[in-house]
Amino acid sequence: MHGFANPARFLRIARWLMPLCMGGGAVLALAALGWGLFFGPAERLQGETVRIVYLHVPAAWLGMAGWMGIAAASFTELVWRHPLAGIAARACAVPGAVFTAVCLITGSLWGRPAWGTWWVWDGRLTSMLVLLFLYFGWMALSQASEAADGGQSKAPAIFGLVGAVNIPIIHYSVIWWQSQHQAPSISLGKSAMAGAFLYPLLAATLGFSLLFAGVVLARMRAILAHQQAEARLRRKALSEGF
Amino acid sequence: MREAMDPWTFVVAAYAVGLGAAAAMVAWSLITMKRAEKRRDEARKR
Repeated sequence: MHGFANPARFLRIARWLMPLCMGGGAVLALAALGWGLFFGPAERLQGETVRIVYLHVPAAWLGMAGWMGIAAASFTELVWRHPLAGIAARACAVPGAVFTAVCLITGSLWGRPAWGTWWVWDGRLTSMLVLLFLYFGWMALSQASEAADGGQSKAPAIFGLVGAVNIPIIHYSVIWWQSQHQAPSISLGKSAMAGAFLYPLLAATLGFSLLFAGVVLARMRAILAHQQAEARLRRKALSEGF
Repeated sequence: MREAMDPWTFVVAAYAVGLGAAAAMVAWSLITMKRAEKRRDEARKR
């Protein structure tokens, strides 16, 4: 892991990996969505609205994965002081928040015809909304930390770790509490879904995950370039006696 | 009694939101990356 601590080495890898993830992810996600939308069957009870699953489930997974990425990077930053860990955490925040918002909106659009309501304050929906607010709070704290002390503060990393408590709450909310939301259909090694729904769903999840990875790499390159430009301009200003 | 709703309205709206958000996020990440790297390269040349 410390092999990637060198920004020059990271950039060498990110330059070819980022377009690969973005291009491959976009093609796979679009193909999977087309498969589910045009060739997949309607569901016996939910009818055509089941096609929203191919967007809603990958978005939910990536909303949670984004925060797990922030938590893992925060842990790495606090324990090993890895120079790219803070940058990786910042890079995960926006795509994580976007996918969380997409999950909430597509879920609401699915809930209206399926449940007869846009929103219910049950454990799953509320904990997912809390995740979106955690992202907003983390981004505000990270920006404030960057403005105040150039990102030296440990507060965003501690917030990232504490906020990870919400991830198991989201996952187990439908088991712990009475919920309008259905229980998990897929777990490691087994699925209650028929193959006609499962395969395009897995393909869409993989496609959007690759897209997410590509966006995180692009964000890391942008943050790194911004920091390098700032450092260069600061050094130049100092050498010129300002 | 449940009101009759066209399910495709909700499906199309969900896909428009999901794909629109994903496309905007990818475009934004690429544009900000290009701008930041251009600014860094210009700072190096100065």
